Amino acid sequence: MAAAVNLPSQPEAPEPGQRPPMDFNTRGMRINTAWRNVVNGIVSGASILATVLVIAPLIAILIYLLYKGASSLNLDFFTKIPAPVGETGGGMANSIVGSGIILAICSLMGIPVGIAAGVYLAEFGRGSFLANAIRFTADVLNGVPSIVMGIAVYALIVVEQKHFSAFSGGVALAIMMIPTITRTTEEMLATVPHSIREAALGLGVPRWRTTVSVALRTASPGIITGCMLAFARVAGETAPLIFTAFGNQFWSLNLNDAMAALPLQIYVYAISPYDEWHRLAWAGALVLIVMIMVAVTLVRLFANRGAIRGGN
Amino acid sequence: MMLNEAEAKGISMVPPAVLSSGLIGEQAAGGDPSHEASEPSAIRLFLNSRGSGAWADRGFAGVMLVCALSIFVIVGFIAVILVLRSKMSLAQFGFGFFTGMTWDPNGGSFGALPFIFGTLATSLLALLMAVPLALGVAIFLTELSPKFLRAPISFLTELLAAIPSVVYGLWAVFVLVPLMRDKIGPLLFQWFGWTHLFDGSNFGVGLLTASIILAIMILPIISSITRDIMLAVPNAQREAVLALGATRWEMIRTGVLRNARIGIVGAVILGLGRALGETMAVTMVIGNSTEIPKSLFAPSYTLASVIANEFAEASGDLYLSSLIEIGLALFLVTIVVNAVARLLVWAVTRGAPGRVA
Repeated sequence: MAAAVNLPSQPEAPEPGQRPPMDFNTRGMRINTAWRNVVNGIVSGASILATVLVIAPLIAILIYLLYKGASSLNLDFFTKIPAPVGETGGGMANSIVGSGIILAICSLMGIPVGIAAGVYLAEFGRGSFLANAIRFTADVLNGVPSIVMGIAVYALIVVEQKHFSAFSGGVALAIMMIPTITRTTEEMLATVPHSIREAALGLGVPRWRTTVSVALRTASPGIITGCMLAFARVAGETAPLIFTAFGNQFWSLNLNDAMAALPLQIYVYAISPYDEWHRLAWAGALVLIVMIMVAVTLVRLFANRGAIRGGN
Repeated sequence: MMLNEAEAKGISMVPPAVLSSGLIGEQAAGGDPSHEASEPSAIRLFLNSRGSGAWADRGFAGVMLVCALSIFVIVGFIAVILVLRSKMSLAQFGFGFFTGMTWDPNGGSFGALPFIFGTLATSLLALLMAVPLALGVAIFLTELSPKFLRAPISFLTELLAAIPSVVYGLWAVFVLVPLMRDKIGPLLFQWFGWTHLFDGSNFGVGLLTASIILAIMILPIISSITRDIMLAVPNAQREAVLALGATRWEMIRTGVLRNARIGIVGAVILGLGRALGETMAVTMVIGNSTEIPKSLFAPSYTLASVIANEFAEASGDLYLSSLIEIGLALFLVTIVVNAVARLLVWAVTRGAPGRVA
């Protein structure tokens, strides 16, 4: 409006075809503003819709799993081994125990090595070319498909031994665990303030002791959480176990023999044509998820105990 | 032990703390020859008895280094063993392995092209579905959401990542496949039949179903990394754009997305890496066919699922070695894809606070 009033008094009046300067209240401008607001609304709505669309399958999966799994669970599931084809009943006791054993093997190998590698990256190699290369390799290894680990371990251990074994399954899972744990440990150690380390060193504590008792302990809640997430990830892995632990319909506690595992058994039952086995697959899936969630929650609850608070 | 003794000699000049930190220990001991050997102090004896010499530090650092190097060893070992075990098929087929159209274990001819096609098709379709949704979620979480919704939604999307692949597969087999066969499939044919993408009979299992389950599975990783990257964009950028009179979407587009675009591409490529190697859920719904699919409903095969399905019953050395070569191809492709993605993500989030898992 103001511009329109001022126009005649200006010596260089704009050409007829030119846009008058700074007039916000023309029809075009109003339409433009309205259009921008509409686009804003559309995009906001789309992003809310996207969020709903993403949450929906999750809720659907969890509810369906709870419904199907809970209606198929009974005591037999936890105490019996799989029934032969055609018979009803049976459970997955051997798979639950087998999963526990295989996960124990992989944790024993993967967690110490992973944490140690993380300690090297954060405490000893910080900034060096070697550390950067290792960090990058760990990130890349993290993205390698689990089935590749499966065939690599198959080619290394199973082919040499000429039989499947729970041990080889543990090795395959440990390889998957190491890069994840390494990276979380490193990130957590990086959040420990340097003044704490310097205080320990200043008291004459050797460097290794500073690392173990001060830096690692301060960072322990985060590191434990990271280990648990890695654990939860491998606990549900099926692909690396198909050619290593292989699965077993009977009781087996022999580490050097084929062993049942919960995810493997779920897979076998899910693609089978029998309703009874489908029922057991749902129950197994529910048990697997509940076990993973309970483990993660419990550790999160207890992880904060015994940690030194790192102030700034 | 040599080091330990040298340290003990230098003890009266240099405080034990400085010595044991390994910073100047050797220098002090070696650079001052006039120094007389004396009894180690009580503190030094105590510390020595607790394993506090420089050798303990060296040893500790050495063990840590060995563990860190084990990551190199693992990658190297996977590569070497896969090459060794697939030597037979590498020698027999050469590069033609990846352009061969027929996969006939009985006839002894092995070509991986149908699986490469299946892998690319499912992964790209999954990205096509997942990326807009993941972007929407990330935008909602960083820019639009009221504070009290932020944590629960982040938690829920990360929960999506914690569900094992085989459980997704189970759900897909019993819920998604019937849904595709009876409801969604016919609708798609009715609406988009003219594109000939949906020709052929619809069994529920096939390319499209596998892509949908893949999309659901890679959504959390893309959306959580995108969210982190968008959070790393400084607030001053947003304020500056808003101060110029931009609407919220214009602010997001010019102030946030434009700054974060490299990182978002990185996140998408990371999702692609995950999709390429995803095995179990895809194996359960892809339908297992060694032909190149002609429609989105047609059964197919991916690199990972052919290994999962046929490896255990592979008879004959050539068959086995061909399957291992497929694994080798998968390994190399995912390494390249992940390396590119990591470099892109690093380029953007460098200097941003570390992500707390």
